[in-house]
Amino acid sequence: MKTTEETTTAGGGDVRLTGISKTYGDFTAVHPLDLTVPQGSFFALLGASGCGKTTTLRMIAGLEEPTSGTVHLGDQDVTALPPYKRPVNTVFQSYALFPHLDIYENVAFGLRRRGIKSVKKQVEEMLELVQLGEQARKKPHQLSGGQQQRVAVARALINHPKVLLLDEPLGALDLKLRRQMQLELKRIQTEVGITFVHVTHDQEEAMTMADCVAVMNAGRVEQLGTPADLYENPRTTFVANFLGTSNFIEAEVDATSGDDIVLKAGGGKLVLHRSRASAPATTGGKILAGVRPEKISLTHADDAGRIPEGRNRITGRITESSFIGVSTQFVVDSPVCSDFEVYVQNIDRDPRLAPGAEVVLHWNPAHTFGLDAAQDIDAGVETVEEEVV
Amino acid sequence: MAFVNWFKRNVVVIAGLLTLAYLLLPNVVVTVFSFNRPKGRFNYEWQRFSTDAWRDPCGVSGLCESLGLSLQIAFWATLGATLLGTMIAFALVRYRFRARGAVNSLIFLPMAMPEVVMAASLLTLFLNMGAELGFWTILIAHIMFCLSFVVVAVKARVMSMDPRLEQAAQDLYAGPAQTFLRVTLPIAAPGIAAGALLAFALSFDDFIITNFNAGSTVTFPMFVWGSAQRGTPVQINVIGTAMFVIAVLLVLVSMAVGNRRKRQKA
Repeated sequence: MKTTEETTTAGGGDVRLTGISKTYGDFTAVHPLDLTVPQGSFFALLGASGCGKTTTLRMIAGLEEPTSGTVHLGDQDVTALPPYKRPVNTVFQSYALFPHLDIYENVAFGLRRRGIKSVKKQVEEMLELVQLGEQARKKPHQLSGGQQQRVAVARALINHPKVLLLDEPLGALDLKLRRQMQLELKRIQTEVGITFVHVTHDQEEAMTMADCVAVMNAGRVEQLGTPADLYENPRTTFVANFLGTSNFIEAEVDATSGDDIVLKAGGGKLVLHRSRASAPATTGGKILAGVRPEKISLTHADDAGRIPEGRNRITGRITESSFIGVSTQFVVDSPVCSDFEVYVQNIDRDPRLAPGAEVVLHWNPAHTFGLDAAQDIDAGVETVEEEVV
Repeated sequence: MAFVNWFKRNVVVIAGLLTLAYLLLPNVVVTVFSFNRPKGRFNYEWQRFSTDAWRDPCGVSGLCESLGLSLQIAFWATLGATLLGTMIAFALVRYRFRARGAVNSLIFLPMAMPEVVMAASLLTLFLNMGAELGFWTILIAHIMFCLSFVVVAVKARVMSMDPRLEQAAQDLYAGPAQTFLRVTLPIAAPGIAAGALLAFALSFDDFIITNFNAGSTVTFPMFVWGSAQRGTPVQINVIGTAMFVIAVLLVLVSMAVGNRRKRQKA
């Protein structure tokens, strides 16, 4: 799994992992993986806890020795270098600020260790960047969580690393502060232009902040791409479920005509564009047809005649509806899928759409994606719930 | 009735003051009697005020020699026990090795063992080895029994230390030596200091083990004990009072420094 921009290696700042793996005794935390993080990008490693994302990050930092493979920073092979000789810095989970030093000395730590004598100007500038100029002489425990987090970022960034590694840096903050810090980090990254590698289990965080996301599962990269690409074109059920919500219909390939694949499911026909099927479609073979809840329109069965031609349609009965404000979320029981989720924007609310109503679900065939039917439909679902709790 | 109400309102303060008095009364007596001019050899009855003993604290033969020896032994015992104890504590917390659990409990054994038993067995050991009793046997014994206390104090501190702090230091270009000096040691310092203070106090006033293993050497506690048989010179009270005052002054100074630092930071 390499990014498309192989050519940027010439720029000298890419992080290149080649066949890197980590095993602890019998347990394989990271299966051999290849990954290139382009210079200057905001890259996210996304996955549930225990998927190997933090181990991967720590191997880049040098805090974990890879069992196999190499780590390159630009053209330099750093695999054998100890952490204190690598031009990378880390923002640790729960920050790991030095409790016996004040904020100023925490930020100056890296500079001083490299024998730089006049640190004052740089430290003050850095504290200004993270808006903590006033707090320079306080000890870490006197600051709030958000402030501590910014100190941790400043302490790492002041060294102008080639890569900044962030290990769940927002995990300890409450939701509101987390949103704020997401924007803040994104702003800092744009301002300093350093490559950020961000580890998180929060799919929303990864999607808001990163230019490129690698979704990891059980020590492997499941899929790599831009947030929009991952969301619209998931290639596995894990990615489809881990990023947002997906509805799946187990279907059989009825026919293929040109760019379209015609599927048969529960007596109805669905159309899937060939370019959006990540599994080979042979007539008579199985395929999982997926569609995101917000792509679906809901029409009362009485008005079924008004649905335009050429849309994928499914009939069903509403079992639940919950009003969220901007949208209403419905759960629909249909012959092909017992709990179809549908999000409808609250533009013109049809009062007939209530639990018990017979409805037709319909969507643009272009919004259907096809996955290999031989996988677990619920992969990635439970893990998400676990993390939310 | 008024008195009962007053008593009810102030009962906590009264209890507190009584407890404090209970704790400090012996010190007060020692201090007061350091200004006594006793009739005869025993300083047990108040006669009249005098500063004779304060003007000549070394006036009793052997007293200041024994005090010097005790301070010397306490210093070296503290140094030895703190160094070894700190290393043991780090080893026990940081490394996984065979018999780690056993070592962990064995290290506490000297604390639980009755001192007199330990003293007797140490003497047996020294005699069997043909060691000459004196400064060195005392020092070896003191380092041994102080060690457990240092390990306990330092271990608690090292255990509560986040290992990520050291990783963060390494990540910020500090090599192993720098990491230890700049991060590990300063964070463990309060535990090490507590262990060292404890070791000093234990070594300085130890009597039982020292008495068994001293041979003809006389430490300060042994001198006090010896003189108590034949009469107690006032100078013992002078030394006692002086040590108490020095300890109190040290505490006050460290508190003042701490307060000033805190105010500067705020």
